[in-house]
Amino acid sequence: MIKTDILIIGAGPTGLFAVFEAGLLQLKCHLIDALPQPGGQCAEIYPKKPIYDIPGYPEVLAGELVDNLMEQIKPFQPGFTLGERAETIEKLENGSFVVTTNKGTKHQAPVIAIAGGLGSFEPRKPLLDNLSDYEDNGVAYMIKEPEIYRNKKVLIAGGGDSALDWSIFLADVAKEVTLVHRRNEFRGALDSVEKVQQLKNEGKINLITPAEVVGLHGEGKLEKVTVTNTDASEETDVTVDHFIPLFGLSPKLGTIADWGLEIEKNAIKVDNSLDYQTNIPGIYAIGDVNTYPGKLKLILCGFHEATLMCQSAYQRIHPDKKYVMKYTTVGGVTGFDGSKKEAPKAVVKAIN
Amino acid sequence: MSDIKLKITDREGVSHEVDAPTDMNMNLMEVVRSYELAPEGTIGICGGMAMCASCQCYIQSDHQLPEKSDDEDAMLAEAFFVKDNSRLGCQIHITEDLDGLEVELAPEEG
Repeated sequence: MIKTDILIIGAGPTGLFAVFEAGLLQLKCHLIDALPQPGGQCAEIYPKKPIYDIPGYPEVLAGELVDNLMEQIKPFQPGFTLGERAETIEKLENGSFVVTTNKGTKHQAPVIAIAGGLGSFEPRKPLLDNLSDYEDNGVAYMIKEPEIYRNKKVLIAGGGDSALDWSIFLADVAKEVTLVHRRNEFRGALDSVEKVQQLKNEGKINLITPAEVVGLHGEGKLEKVTVTNTDASEETDVTVDHFIPLFGLSPKLGTIADWGLEIEKNAIKVDNSLDYQTNIPGIYAIGDVNTYPGKLKLILCGFHEATLMCQSAYQRIHPDKKYVMKYTTVGGVTGFDGSKKEAPKAVVKAIN
Repeated sequence: MSDIKLKITDREGVSHEVDAPTDMNMNLMEVVRSYELAPEGTIGICGGMAMCASCQCYIQSDHQLPEKSDDEDAMLAEAFFVKDNSRLGCQIHITEDLDGLEVELAPEEG
């Protein structure tokens, strides 16, 4: 069981900044995120795109903003459970909560802050009738252990970086790699596109474009897929052991919607007159995942919400303590790692 | 007056005649959201960067639209329910030329 003061669900910019504000109050944080890296949408969808409305930054790349936030919160040693999705919540008699992920990791905290953005990122699945019959029986949406493809026949569908990169990687591992994409053009790093071209020329990747997978066949496990060439309207059957559609990710609110929280317009209703608490005391929702009158889904608003949430969480965790907000310029930043940052003292020296 | 009229068929098949301003730097996805013709959280997920296909629509009138950018073209290559007349609403700027445009919202992805 991982124990912390504030359990933050979602490691996007809002969740990350909450660690800083909590740290100033000597509260420890742990973050859960379904993606394998922190940063949320900023890291996953648009790391190379500029943002122009972060106060004090005329321009910052989304990926840089995440790097800066990670640097800013480092002294507060946040814990991370990455690549796992928060699935269930349970309230204990002492008032604290236990959140369990899809992989069974348990986390306990007196305060939960949902900073889940648009939800957890789930693979986009192609529209094929019997797709679910073959999930884990030949169909996978992510490559977790490349070794299982050794000496197998693999068909990858998709036209982005992950489809290209895995085709390149598996060309050396699998017995046969087929890459199917709806266009002749691929959207990926130039290196990857050129490498796939080279592997195709060497006969190591069987490229079928412009084409689409339209049917799956096999008894109990996947044995064959039907591919339609969209230019010629020709159908071909390809014998395969594995079909890996890599069509990117899309966010889903998922099981958080079943936690008994008030939901409106795919977002969690909170009290914006006070502390961004939900209808369940002790559970807060901050950033893009929440809604209230006049809500704006902006990173800068998430930062503000995270700050007020931490003040309320402090009162909740320490109901008897008196506390007055202190400016970082005055109080400095004392990390849990023993580091201390503070404004340099003025020099007092006589001039004779 | 710089408003134009658009006819937008929502995902339930209901047709809506709406006014869209041409002087507010809006795109078609934002017009759909401003009239709440699709539930929040199901359209414009990436915010208008042509990085998701949640605002995909089918162009039903024969208006001359600006060419697709490489980003839009690549996104549509990976989207579902794509037809020959598919476009991403977020990439269509509301201009006076689009007066009378008729579009239908594509179904939401699973």
